Amino acid sequence: MAALTKEETEALIQEVLDVYPAQAKKDRAKHLAVNDQSLEKSNKCITSNRKSQPGTMTIRGCAYAGSKGVVWGPIKDMIHISHGPVGCGQYSRAGRRNYYVGTTGVNTFGTMNFTSDFTEKDIVFGGDKKLAKIITEIEGLFPLHKGISIQSECPIGLIGDDIEAVAKKGNKEIGKPVVPVRCEGFRGVSQSLGHHIANDAIRDWVLENRDGDESFPTTPYDVAVIGDYNIGGDAWASRTLLEEMGLRVVAQWSGDGTIAEMEKTPKVKLNLIHCYRSMNYIARHMEEKYKIPWIEYNFFGPTKIAESLRKIAALFDETIQAGAERVIAKYQAEYDAVIAKYKPRLQGKRVMLYVGGLRPRHVIGAYEDLGMEVVGTGYEFGHNDDYDRTIKEMGNTTLIYDDVTGYEFEEFVKRVKPDLIGSGIKEKYIFQKMGIPFRQMHSWDYSGPYHGYDGFAIFARDMDMTLNNPCWKQVQVPWKTAEADKVAVAAGA
Amino acid sequence: MALRQCAIYGKGGIGKSTTTQNLVSALAELGNSVMIVGCDPKADSTRLILHAKAQTTIMSLAAEAGSVEDLELEDVLKAGYRNIKCVESGGPEPGVGCAGRGVITAINFLEEEGAYDDDLDFVFYDVLGDVVCGGFAMPIRENKAQEIYIVCSGEMMAMYAANNIAKGIVKYANSGSVRLAGLICNSRETAREDELISALAAKLGTTMIHFVPRDNVVQRAEIRRMTVIEYEPGAKQAEEYRQLATKIRDNKNFVIPTPITMDELEELMMEFGIIDDVDESIVGVSAAAEATA
Repeated sequence: MAALTKEETEALIQEVLDVYPAQAKKDRAKHLAVNDQSLEKSNKCITSNRKSQPGTMTIRGCAYAGSKGVVWGPIKDMIHISHGPVGCGQYSRAGRRNYYVGTTGVNTFGTMNFTSDFTEKDIVFGGDKKLAKIITEIEGLFPLHKGISIQSECPIGLIGDDIEAVAKKGNKEIGKPVVPVRCEGFRGVSQSLGHHIANDAIRDWVLENRDGDESFPTTPYDVAVIGDYNIGGDAWASRTLLEEMGLRVVAQWSGDGTIAEMEKTPKVKLNLIHCYRSMNYIARHMEEKYKIPWIEYNFFGPTKIAESLRKIAALFDETIQAGAERVIAKYQAEYDAVIAKYKPRLQGKRVMLYVGGLRPRHVIGAYEDLGMEVVGTGYEFGHNDDYDRTIKEMGNTTLIYDDVTGYEFEEFVKRVKPDLIGSGIKEKYIFQKMGIPFRQMHSWDYSGPYHGYDGFAIFARDMDMTLNNPCWKQVQVPWKTAEADKVAVAAGA
Repeated sequence: MALRQCAIYGKGGIGKSTTTQNLVSALAELGNSVMIVGCDPKADSTRLILHAKAQTTIMSLAAEAGSVEDLELEDVLKAGYRNIKCVESGGPEPGVGCAGRGVITAINFLEEEGAYDDDLDFVFYDVLGDVVCGGFAMPIRENKAQEIYIVCSGEMMAMYAANNIAKGIVKYANSGSVRLAGLICNSRETAREDELISALAAKLGTTMIHFVPRDNVVQRAEIRRMTVIEYEPGAKQAEEYRQLATKIRDNKNFVIPTPITMDELEELMMEFGIIDDVDESIVGVSAAAEATA
């Protein structure tokens, strides 16, 4: 099917909006747009980071999810206490596939759930004493942990517990960082505020720990990878490229990361930001306080990887610049082979995306490397600076949807008829039942990595095996059967 | 007689607990079967009935046992003077946790465990002074207390509080059967106090159900952790509490209150000389600024 024109796309948005009551229509209209590359600023066409309308099946998470699930949770050698009732920690346990190296339960704790398991009496009498006891017990039971974070669930903010005081006392007692994080789920409109709160907690409780300590030997090529959560091993596939071009990766935030790496980050020469949405706050802080510049990069697909490697190298000397070229050349045969194999099978296929922090724009290049086109994209919890960065990546007249509702997403798909949808687990089965190939783009559908040249090969294979899976030909949709019947009847008459 | 559930509200320190316990003792003396539910973390709503410093509370027992589900009714319910049943919700020390949730948990527990049995004639909830959150409104939500008595005096802040409590009652009266049943004036011996509270009651759509005069015998009894009714049944003050009890027993005047605006309240106070006419020119002017002016 040919791409929709600007007028057709606008008409489609209007048609979808028309079923809403007046108030909801007015609100949702601000979140849906037709892409126009000529715009410099996205606020001309789209509103974001606003409260979701009740009843519209938003796909967003909460501040706790943003802090515990995204930013803090992957720090592997710390123990993250889900402070409050048991559910928040248990139902999100190990769900994000942040891979790490270590012996779980001994020196790493990524897939474990630590919770203060609040009951009625903790609400009434407050949870501070219990929290203090947990800190003591953790030190006794898991002596190799390197620090503790306290991830506040909703009740903590409601009953006014003084977790900062407990954290300070705990820090004195165990001699390791104890970080209170005020990421109560009711704060803000999505997980986005949780990222910000988590960044602020790192700023206030971690980053200064080695100020004035010059014992860590530095090099001119020290960088930190920030905003790579190592989902399915993404950060590893990224790190090798940076190291091969001659840089020294001092810290990984936060996939497979450690608190020591975080504490050493103020010593680096450059911060490399992959997920801008969740970590830009701390990058800006380090720029201001430690004068460390930062740049965004994109390691999805060979075009963007080469672009990013060169952009990073340009901030260093000729050794590194030569290194970048060497790396690009080294892997060329490999990624050319991937493209040669999969592009003919995927050429011209159209994709709709709806994901979280960076992927709604970052993966576009990888699809394009395979000859595919992204015809619709949107963010669950993006802000307008995300959309500013998206406008140029997307083709003109494509659809952009912010905090898309279940209804809107389905209707857009019915009309745009993409060949592939990339979104989350909550969307997966609806679209598969509609007979449309689907990939989870949060968890990589239990595959990955997708970052780097290694990841691109896996990405291409996964898209091919999903899109060209013979099962889709077996899907018997009722309307097609009826149509077939009619044809049969007509032929028989 | 069907069980009547009453809640006593009023400004902190106005004498709610003392009044409630004396009143309940008098009701018991009249032959009624009564229960007091203390809804205040301080847990001082039953000490005069039980001759105790403070009764062990539902929430502290629950904290000891692990959860409130581990408790039995007889663990928390104590019988005191004239078999008055006593229970305290309890809650945290000041400054931590959520006392309101403690009240909710405790009252739910009492209901589920069948504390409100058919033999009871009256339940009195003695509630923390300020209805600071939903927890302290628990006793006046649907199917709990239907009669609210507000203890007040002729002091300005006590009257402000009474009017604010009336506002709270309106909110729940519209959705349930809770009604304002009267003001109890616990005298602070301010000028024309009885007239003033009667006037306030009239504006709120209710009556001053009784004027309880000030008498040192109350303090003498309290030092002995007793009510006046028990300590000195022949005292004049005991008779006052008996009158209050009789009036409450016979009370039929249950209304949705008509709280008044701040301006009306100030006017009323001015009329009785509690406050002076508001001179707008002095508002927000410090003493130092006045001196230089």
